[in-house]
Amino acid sequence: MAQMQKTLEVRNLRKSFGGVMAVDSVSLEVAQGEMLALIGPNGAGKSTCFNMVGGQFPPTEGEILLNGGDGTAVPIAGIGSRRIWQLGVGRTFQITATFTSMSVRQNVQMALLSRRHMIWKFWPRADDLLSDEALALLEQVGLQAQAERAAAVLAYGDLKRLELAIALAGAPKLLLMDEPTAGMASGERTALMALVRRLVSTTGISVLFTEHDMDVVFEVSDRILVLDRGRLIATGTGAEIKANEQVRAIYLGTGRTSGGH
Amino acid sequence: MGFTRRHLMAASAASLAVPYVARAASRDPILIGEVNSYAAFPTFTMPYRNAMVMAVEEINSKGGVSGRPLKLITKDDGANPQDAIRAATELVRSDRVNVLAGGFLSNVGLALSSFAKHSNTLYVASEALANELTWQDGNANTFRLTPSIYMLVAMMIDDAAKLPATKWATVAPNYSYGTSAVKTFQKLLKAKRPDVTFVAEQWPTLDQINASATVAALAAAEPDGIFNATFASDLVAFVRQGNTTGLFKNRSVVSLLTGEPEYLDSLGSDTPDGWIVTGYPSAAYTAPGNEAFVTMYKNHFKDDPDWGAVIGYTLIHSIAAGVGRSKGLSLAELEQGFAGVTFPTPFGQCQYRAIDHQSTLGAFVGKLAKKGGKGTMVDFRYVDGASVLPPDSVVEKLRPKS
Amino acid sequence: MILFQILTALGTASSLFLVAAGLTVIFGVTRVVNFAHGSLYMLGAYVGWVVLSHLPQTIFGFTLGCLVTAAIIGVLGVLIEICILRRLYRVPELYQLLATFGVVLIAGNVVQLLWGTRVVTLPRAAWMQATISVSGHPFPVYSVVMMVVGPLVLLALWLLFSRTRWGALVRAATEDREMVGALGIRQNILFTTVFGLGAALAGLSGALSLPQVAATSQMALSAVSDAFVIVVIGGLGSVTGAFLASVLIAVLQTFGAIIIPQYVMVAVFSVMAVVLVLRPNGLLGRAGKGGRAMGDLPKLVEGATKLVIGLGVIAFIAAALVPAFDTGYVLSIMQDALIAMLFAASLHFVMGPGGMPSFGHAAWFGIGAYGAALSASSWNLPMSESIVFGVVTASILAALVGSFMIRLSGIYLAMLTFAFAQVIWALATQMTGFTGGDNGILNLWPDGVFASPTAFYALVLALCAGGVLVLRRVLFSPFGFALRATRDASARAAASGIPVGPVRHVAFTISGGFAALSGGLFAFAKGSVFPTYINVSHSIDALIIVLLGGIQTMAAPVVGALVYTGLRDYLQAATTIWPMLLGIAIIVIVSLFPQGIGGAAEHWWARLGSRAKSKGG
Repeated sequence: MAQMQKTLEVRNLRKSFGGVMAVDSVSLEVAQGEMLALIGPNGAGKSTCFNMVGGQFPPTEGEILLNGGDGTAVPIAGIGSRRIWQLGVGRTFQITATFTSMSVRQNVQMALLSRRHMIWKFWPRADDLLSDEALALLEQVGLQAQAERAAAVLAYGDLKRLELAIALAGAPKLLLMDEPTAGMASGERTALMALVRRLVSTTGISVLFTEHDMDVVFEVSDRILVLDRGRLIATGTGAEIKANEQVRAIYLGTGRTSGGH
Repeated sequence: MGFTRRHLMAASAASLAVPYVARAASRDPILIGEVNSYAAFPTFTMPYRNAMVMAVEEINSKGGVSGRPLKLITKDDGANPQDAIRAATELVRSDRVNVLAGGFLSNVGLALSSFAKHSNTLYVASEALANELTWQDGNANTFRLTPSIYMLVAMMIDDAAKLPATKWATVAPNYSYGTSAVKTFQKLLKAKRPDVTFVAEQWPTLDQINASATVAALAAAEPDGIFNATFASDLVAFVRQGNTTGLFKNRSVVSLLTGEPEYLDSLGSDTPDGWIVTGYPSAAYTAPGNEAFVTMYKNHFKDDPDWGAVIGYTLIHSIAAGVGRSKGLSLAELEQGFAGVTFPTPFGQCQYRAIDHQSTLGAFVGKLAKKGGKGTMVDFRYVDGASVLPPDSVVEKLRPKS
Repeated sequence: MILFQILTALGTASSLFLVAAGLTVIFGVTRVVNFAHGSLYMLGAYVGWVVLSHLPQTIFGFTLGCLVTAAIIGVLGVLIEICILRRLYRVPELYQLLATFGVVLIAGNVVQLLWGTRVVTLPRAAWMQATISVSGHPFPVYSVVMMVVGPLVLLALWLLFSRTRWGALVRAATEDREMVGALGIRQNILFTTVFGLGAALAGLSGALSLPQVAATSQMALSAVSDAFVIVVIGGLGSVTGAFLASVLIAVLQTFGAIIIPQYVMVAVFSVMAVVLVLRPNGLLGRAGKGGRAMGDLPKLVEGATKLVIGLGVIAFIAAALVPAFDTGYVLSIMQDALIAMLFAASLHFVMGPGGMPSFGHAAWFGIGAYGAALSASSWNLPMSESIVFGVVTASILAALVGSFMIRLSGIYLAMLTFAFAQVIWALATQMTGFTGGDNGILNLWPDGVFASPTAFYALVLALCAGGVLVLRRVLFSPFGFALRATRDASARAAASGIPVGPVRHVAFTISGGFAALSGGLFAFAKGSVFPTYINVSHSIDALIIVLLGGIQTMAAPVVGALVYTGLRDYLQAATTIWPMLLGIAIIVIVSLFPQGIGGAAEHWWARLGSRAKSKGG
């Protein structure tokens, strides 16, 4: 098996839905400890890319390789989200998905139980298991005060935080975050992404995220990829992207500088 | 008219006989607990209950049984055996009835029979037709009033055997009544007529017949004779489709139960001519006993009695006779009293046979005809149940040993 | 002759299609699983009989009468929608189904009261008995008429949906309900008119059936069962799909009658099961429609409060003391209620926390009962071992069948379970040599130390209360959490490493095993087993218990079983119009407590608690 240094490597990824090319020949790499932002206007193919990397659906064509931990490149295209999770990929969803019949703490406990291979236990009370660890994770994302509330009644921004905590509970090497700050107030956004940034520097995980808020993108990301109509049109640091004519024309130039919900 | 209601009464009073009268210490009523499909099959069970109530009143007005009045408690069985057992449990354990009775569906009858044995109660099955009830699954506690499927088929078999038809097809609802009827018919006819062959079997789902498909399949087999065991709404659909497409033209049809007013009424102007059927001609049968019964029923309910009314009326009289002949109300005493007891029916005296607890009540065999847009039975005769039951040696082999 | 059979099949197909068309239109737009559709068909037949009796016996009179009947039943449908269903659109879909089931009970009873107990038949005019010649055989003109009417209705519906503004709205609503809201369309009016149209189609087909069949109160259930099969095979909401499915089923029935006369029903339900396994959304259905979990209401599941535990302990002690007072009827009623509780709890396990609705849960109950009965009667196993045998058999079968079931969701899953239960029912009825057919297997009374009613009651109490508690405990275990996670958000669950399929599969198996335990106990409580243990109405009983209790309430099976069995037994013993009263009670309960009785109680308790707190603080 080929050796790789990167956490994630995507080569010539394509996805067509009924003949429409949603993602066309996208290649990208995420290095260890790198925060990579994927930006682009609505319908550019960001979520589609995410769902192929996360295993929600298979690509039409192309390779997705994950660092197996010892430098081996493991192909993960189309192997299903649970296998991908086992290989160390955690994710949050664009439309938040949490376990609505559980409390905030139990949501995180659920993810922890899964990681510890404890879900096939039929007798002990789940509520008593790994509770401290769950609370610690909630503290990290600033949700400890709401730990006992029902996940179903959380504000949108808090749901995003909860999703992050759930994803972190899987101790991922690579975190995929689809619109992690959508629906949050701008102060909250910066705070959340700063938190992610800290996680990256302390634990060395890699993050691939999409984001509408350009301020956030430029502030926290190491590199930025710009997607338009399924194609990658630019790659570079914040400064390089800001300077890129093509990006300015199709994207920044349209005046869309912040999340369009 | 020589034979009136009073005669009928006198006959029943005579059969009540002496033994229990002398020792009748109390005036407490004798309780009959009855379980049936009142909500699900009212066509049969409503006239049936009417006639039961009428018989109870009649007996009580004559002083009851051994000086004690009869009291009837009826319960709905929801047309399934599990609810029937629940109702029977209430009757036996809570109401403490002396005799359990009822059952229209065969499986309800069998469930009640098994429950009666388990709870040491006497059970008189009224209209449950399964042969097994008094034979293969028979037990000491269970008696059955109505003629079984075997008996009904056997009543018609001579007429069927006389027909020229050699290629036969059968149609029956796809459950045990139907399969039992077809099997019995095939066996008995084959015994009389080794030359017949059976070329097709149709098994429509009960109450869900696809008449076009059934009739087309029968026609495709080109039989000379058809044996039918469908009834109620399935029968209507089958007859209509068959009439329209000429299925019955130049073919002999032998049909179970179709002559019972319950089912014949619904055929109306579609009633086919010449079918050989079992049933009950109601007011058209003018023998004195039946005439008295019809008059009494009409006086009460302004309608001709159905077969259900015959069964309900006779059931109560048979129980009165059985209890009257018993030395007491314990199970063992009742069993002794019922086994071999004779009781009055609109068609003369019948008996619960000691050998298998089957009553010798018979039924009518005749031909269908249309009169004034309605179906009737013509050329009918009453066939005594005793005359079609197999010899005792055969019956003994059928009954379980215990 | 083949031509003759094909034409016969096409005539049948039209009859089937007319009933199914209304059902699929109603479902497509309102998402109401209209159990009362067969009853509307039945009412169409009875009302049609009245109307047609007053009209000349000509084709014109007949046509007019059918249209008038359709209009009357359409209006009735509108009334049902306005008075009953409209209040229930915000609650989980299964509660609408429960309400329509109440309508079924009422309609059946009303028909008996109004038209008496005899089957009602329309005298046939000459044209209805006329035939034409097809390859030398007389073929009914009536069938020809039906063959034309079916496609005509299909065409009319197509025109209505594609050429009118109303139709465009209906299509929009079928595709995407939110869009209708967004377009500012009065959703109420759309739903009411659609329900009226569907009801009118049912009424029309009821009246049209009169030349061929008699009107009976039993026709409702068979009609709705056929219609469901067709709608599901065709794809929910697809009228064309329903037409194709009607042709498929009619061909199967017609040729099945010749080739496998005794197994036509098994064949029909097997075909339905195969279609669902291969094409989980039916022939022309689109993914996602009706596929979402039914009965979803996001609600925090909490452990029992002290009050509930206290009530539970008191109830258990009361139940345990029953034999001291009565070893007869009360004991047997309690026994039935306990068994119903365990049966319902096993359904609640998959349907509530598991999010996998079942319309055929009685299959597992029946397999448990038959497994116990067969092993007891043919191998002379003692009672305890035979019950274990039934449970093991059911669990193995559930594990096998479950692998197909868990791939489906929502109404399609419910219908696959229904098909499976029907096949099991039909086998129990048909394999007479093995199962005793409808006459069942008799004389299975408890033996050994359990022979006395009290001892057996103690066993039932221990196993049922224990079983309910075990199921409950499992729901609060890591596995139970994982099961709920798969229901709450299956993509999230998978992305958190939860093996969604296997978790659902194991839950399905556990549920089957516990249902089988209740079935095995029931066999010995009643001393016999019969195919009626497996039939639709027994599955519906369990469904009603869970829904009345409150599908998202952990105490649902206990509360529901007490309320429903108590109510039904009481009414059945008290009056012959019990079906109507039970139907009314169900509708009232659903209207008052759209989250079930348990759900409502929890809600009140929570409000009481918060009020007490605010007063105290």
